[in-house]
Amino acid sequence: MAHAGLGIDKIMEYNHQNPTFSEEEMVRIKEIISHYPEGKQKSAILPIMHIAQTKWNWMSPAVMDYVASLLQIEPIEVYEVATFYTMFHLEPVGKYVLEVCRTGPCMICGAEELIGHLEKKLQIKVGETSADKKFTIKEVECLAACGGAPCLQVKLKTMDGAYKYYENLTPNKIDELMVAEWV
Amino acid sequence: MGKKILTEHIHTPNIETFEVYRKHGGYAAVEKALKTMTPDEVTEEVKKSGLRGRGGAGFPAGMKWSFIDKKTTPRYLVCNADESEPGTFKDRYLMSKNPHSLVEGMIVASYALGANTSYIYVRGEMLYVIQILEKAIAEAYAKGFLGKNILGTDYSLDLYVHPGGGAYICGEETALLESLEGKRGNPRNKPPFPAVKGLYQQPTVVNNVETIAATPWIINNGGDAYAAIGVGKSTGTKLISACGHLKKPGVYEIELGVPVEEFIYSDEYCGGIRAGHTLKAVVAGGSSVPILPTALILKTAKGEPRLMTYESLSDGGFITGTMLGSGGFIAMDETVSVVKNLWNFSRFYHHESCGQCSPCREGTGWLERILHRMVKGEGKLHDIDLLVDVAKKIEGNTICPLGEAAAWPVASAIRHFRHEFEWYVNNKDKVKRGEIYQEQLVNA
Repeated sequence: MAHAGLGIDKIMEYNHQNPTFSEEEMVRIKEIISHYPEGKQKSAILPIMHIAQTKWNWMSPAVMDYVASLLQIEPIEVYEVATFYTMFHLEPVGKYVLEVCRTGPCMICGAEELIGHLEKKLQIKVGETSADKKFTIKEVECLAACGGAPCLQVKLKTMDGAYKYYENLTPNKIDELMVAEWV
Repeated sequence: MGKKILTEHIHTPNIETFEVYRKHGGYAAVEKALKTMTPDEVTEEVKKSGLRGRGGAGFPAGMKWSFIDKKTTPRYLVCNADESEPGTFKDRYLMSKNPHSLVEGMIVASYALGANTSYIYVRGEMLYVIQILEKAIAEAYAKGFLGKNILGTDYSLDLYVHPGGGAYICGEETALLESLEGKRGNPRNKPPFPAVKGLYQQPTVVNNVETIAATPWIINNGGDAYAAIGVGKSTGTKLISACGHLKKPGVYEIELGVPVEEFIYSDEYCGGIRAGHTLKAVVAGGSSVPILPTALILKTAKGEPRLMTYESLSDGGFITGTMLGSGGFIAMDETVSVVKNLWNFSRFYHHESCGQCSPCREGTGWLERILHRMVKGEGKLHDIDLLVDVAKKIEGNTICPLGEAAAWPVASAIRHFRHEFEWYVNNKDKVKRGEIYQEQLVNA
């Protein structure tokens, strides 16, 4: 489960001010809510949180409160979901969050070396963000890409917030990606 | 070459478009089912096929459909595309390459169940797959295969894709339903089963991607034709996602009944173990199933060749057998430490435990911590029996099968590789230097 490590004071310092979706985003959100029966609009919580995280990079208390207001549910109902599902960042993250798979099939194919390389290259530990706020390293569990182990995923705004899978990685390939793609 | 049902056209250029999919016989099953068959006849055909749930449990799909409470409306079909079992990556492959096969299967299965709204719950990490599916669904709507009065019949269906948020537990069907309702993915007590009270407390069937994608072929060709493929109660074909130290890892569609040895070593499938290495152990059906050493994965304890079927893989029960599970086939060569891999898996289950049931919430933590100290060279001999004891106390004492999924790998690893655990305890200095146990393996 996801844990915030910064402490609430620091979190509030980074809190978003009056987060609001654009008109275009609201059209999409209303469309998503219409997928569920009347009165069951809470079902739309995860899809909306994904859109929110694409826009604001992490789920600050203000963003979570805003999602709750859109769904006409209590803020606690969003907090409890945000803390359960590991994809949601509960504190600020870098521009690129490198989510490296650490589970068995990736581990036996070199995930530990990959993580070690990232830590050394970026001079940060897993869970931390580089000083230039460009990269955050996270370890995640199995990404269902074991045939291309070791792998990692990165959320890209250029893909409408979808995650790009990078497979069959080596430290060299990471170095190349840092120059060519994650800029 | 074995029969291909799910992947027959997977390499056809542009098969992800409606036009090309249709040109290769796509949506014929929808026409046949909606225009010439009653919903019960569709269910009957799937029953005859012997198709079993491809997510891992292997429960007969037609029977699951027949349990749905048909007196109550609305009813729902939910596709479980929350593929998260370590070693499993077949559904992502199928959905991203041939999304219409799932959409078509969803229409056929929803019709059989009398569902007018259905959902595909895709794990959140696969947002790009969701984009592919949504495009396919939009095409199907535009061509009149979804929406009101499909093909001019009185059957209507709305189909939506729903993203998860990163939680292995949501692959358990009742946790998935909780998640779809916008809550934490805590599994529900059963009964009531989803067939009676599922999504929004309405009758619901939850099926895996591969199960649903197999139904159009069954409708087109008949349940008997499907049942004629395979061996005994393992009918049809299965996607196996092969990974680890294989020459050619990837997703393979096999006719159930292929010998494990052929699957690992033949060029048609995995092409053997990577050059210069030998097979040490296999986890045949996703991380939750028992691990087997090479000798027992290739042949049963009775000395018969082990086949890729539900029955043959479980031959010998949990003493000398394992399970087909989700088809997540993880091959490990001699560079793998069984103890370290087990610690990794235990950390996974601890991380993914929803925390509802104390045996699982606490037990998985114990397993992880004991194994971690062993891996660090701080284990004690009695830790080995302690692991077995903790695993036993989780098994059978939890609401959902995550408890068993955490316990079985521990019990089997110690049963078959106890010597390696003992080596970890007796060679603390070597362990601390990062050495791993070297077993003398014979080339297969």
